Amino acid sequence: MIVFEKPKALTDAPLHYCPGCTHGIIHRLVAEAIDELGVQGRTIGVASVGCSVFTYNYFNVDMVQAAHGRAPAVATGLKRSDANNIVFTYQGDGDLAAIGTAETVHSAARGENITVIFVNNAIYGMTGGQMAPTSLPGQITQTSPYGRDVNTVGYPVKVCEMLSQLDGAAYLERVAVNNIKNIKAAKAAIKKAFRNQIEGKGFSLVEVLSTCPTNWGKTPADALKWLEENMLPYYPLGVYKDKTKEEK
Amino acid sequence: MNTKILIAGFGGQGILFAGKFLAYEGLMSGKEVSWLPSYGPEMRGGTANCSIIISDTLIGSPIVDKPDILVAMNGPSFDKYENDVPAGGALYLDSSLIERKSTRTDAGVHYIPATAMAGDNGLNGLANMIMLGCVIRHSNIMTMDSAKAAMEKLVPAKKQEMLALNIRALELGYNYEGDK
Amino acid sequence: MAKVLMKGNEAMAEAAIMAGCRHYFGYPITPQTEVAAYMAKRMPKIDGGVFLQAESEIAAINMVIGVASTGKRVMTSSSSPGISLKSEGLSYLAGCDLPALVVNVQRGGPGLGGIQPSQSDYFQATRGGGHGDYHMLVLAPSSIQEMVDLTVKGFDLADKYRMTAMILADGTMGQMMEPVSLDVGEVKTYEKPWALTGTKCERKPNIVNSLFLKPDELEVFNNARYAKYAEICKTEAMHEEYRMEDAEICIVAFGIAARVAQNAIDEARARGIKVGMIRPITVWPFPKEALNKAADKVKAFISVELNMGQMIEDVELAIRCRKPVLFCGRSGGMIPTTEDIAVKIAEAAQIGG
Repeated sequence: MIVFEKPKALTDAPLHYCPGCTHGIIHRLVAEAIDELGVQGRTIGVASVGCSVFTYNYFNVDMVQAAHGRAPAVATGLKRSDANNIVFTYQGDGDLAAIGTAETVHSAARGENITVIFVNNAIYGMTGGQMAPTSLPGQITQTSPYGRDVNTVGYPVKVCEMLSQLDGAAYLERVAVNNIKNIKAAKAAIKKAFRNQIEGKGFSLVEVLSTCPTNWGKTPADALKWLEENMLPYYPLGVYKDKTKEEK
Repeated sequence: MNTKILIAGFGGQGILFAGKFLAYEGLMSGKEVSWLPSYGPEMRGGTANCSIIISDTLIGSPIVDKPDILVAMNGPSFDKYENDVPAGGALYLDSSLIERKSTRTDAGVHYIPATAMAGDNGLNGLANMIMLGCVIRHSNIMTMDSAKAAMEKLVPAKKQEMLALNIRALELGYNYEGDK
Repeated sequence: MAKVLMKGNEAMAEAAIMAGCRHYFGYPITPQTEVAAYMAKRMPKIDGGVFLQAESEIAAINMVIGVASTGKRVMTSSSSPGISLKSEGLSYLAGCDLPALVVNVQRGGPGLGGIQPSQSDYFQATRGGGHGDYHMLVLAPSSIQEMVDLTVKGFDLADKYRMTAMILADGTMGQMMEPVSLDVGEVKTYEKPWALTGTKCERKPNIVNSLFLKPDELEVFNNARYAKYAEICKTEAMHEEYRMEDAEICIVAFGIAARVAQNAIDEARARGIKVGMIRPITVWPFPKEALNKAADKVKAFISVELNMGQMIEDVELAIRCRKPVLFCGRSGGMIPTTEDIAVKIAEAAQIGG
């Protein structure tokens, strides 16, 4: 009986993520989806800037490392080069929802047939815990030491809600990886986002609520609890758009 | 031959097309040519001009700051370029739109009421070609036969109805006698 | 093949297609928008042709990075302010050793500047533009025929050296029409084992990347790149000489400035002044050798540029400041006239041999 097997779409490189960080889970879910759909040989991934910058070492597929925020534009080039390529980006919240907002919005508006994995942990992890576009009101970070004051720096960006207004987006779902049930739902969503691309359904984005124990200043267990108590109410899980369903 | 031509007027008068026609004829006749337009937002309803050089030898600069032939199709262009024409050059003015006379006595000056002639002959928008007809008659840049042959090639197939009109406009200008 | 009358921007676009480019990404900006318009018309009619108007210059250059990563010939074009936006991508293209063709139809700057022709992005182009140690191959056409020929050449050099080739044109070159032959000859293709084509589960993944956190590793890549640059400087510098046989004064000018200088030289020669020109066709690599040789013979140089004095520094470096270098320039979209140049020629003629 096989108790544990590493997905083929992951390399043997040890992950560099901090203890308790949920990036590792999300990597595995993406790799499983690639394996199960049998597209490893034609998948090309786009690494972004942030903690996930090294994903090109972890996914066992052709990879390109994009400038901060530009992953969807690079992915557009990869997809337009050959429609047979299965192209995904793996981006954090600073990358996707701040510096790369234009690329995100317009690749969705174009209905670019790509898969976007959006990891939202409400903070800039790689640079040491600065306020992200998705940091919650009142959240203390290195650059909001007195808590995010919405009167001076405004409100978090709700990516799925925002993109759901675009006719070009095909599938938008927000999931979380804080417990087994949610991880299973996340797996299904990620797999669907890849299947959509294989079937030519268009722009699919899965927002994954994730933890950052190190920069949140919490233990891994407390971080999961914080996600549940603070992020889930502000960022409700669910399907925000599913054109593939509407068409049926 | 090395003739420098400047055509200037309002956007919408077919300034660039007139220039393109001259360059195209030059190309067909085996000459060296260059065509350089003014460009940008000022083209939309503002002033437009284009520089054409037709030469037997390789062309250096495509920029025309001393035109041998000036075709001015509105007052502001005439005011701006009148004195750039060197002695012995020629000025062709659309006298429907330019009221004053040229002060130049050292250059040939031709007055053609081209816009009015176009209107009178059902050739609206073709004052440019009426002007060029007159230029062809009084200069050695091309023959009328060669001009017609170039026009036949230049007017696209889907706009064939424009061919006869353009040629009529050229002929009207060519045969105009009252230009002095 | 018979010559046709074409605008520089359109001739360049057609040349790119003939060179095998099937992907173009752009964003509207005067005076190069005809390139995009031409591609929008042509690409959908060609097998595998892709035209996409990006949401920004930044997105366009990153789409270029995407296609370049797959090993296909790809192009973007813009004008000065847009090239500033693309500069981030230019740095990544260099750091990833990706081949691509980028066109700059220059207009006057800085800032939004103007829309008239300029050469004021010379430093930006020849020094790289973006951050980090790198160069691009920079080709400077001075006729519509060269807009075609250097576009084809640019794609070839880009593939050969895995570098960005830039066509450094100006508004005049983009907008003017001249008879041009589109007979580009045989187009070479290159093996690209590094390209992202999907592993087919038959090979290890290819990775296109510019991140090296270990300084000693990054330095190895930079050293390798500069060894390549040194080779390019030796073999790929291109220039053309005009009436240099007995010249005592050497004008250095590229692009439209060289065309005006040619007239000025003919006029000065008619007055008995022995003046010639070295016209850089590549401004990186700069034709140092040719200039250095000329410095043995001429008594002075004149750098003619559509800017406040940029290439003049390369001229002085090339000749090790052995002879005086005068400057004749206009900026903001103005073009030096033959009279402007004649004044400098007269000044140079006064210099004792």
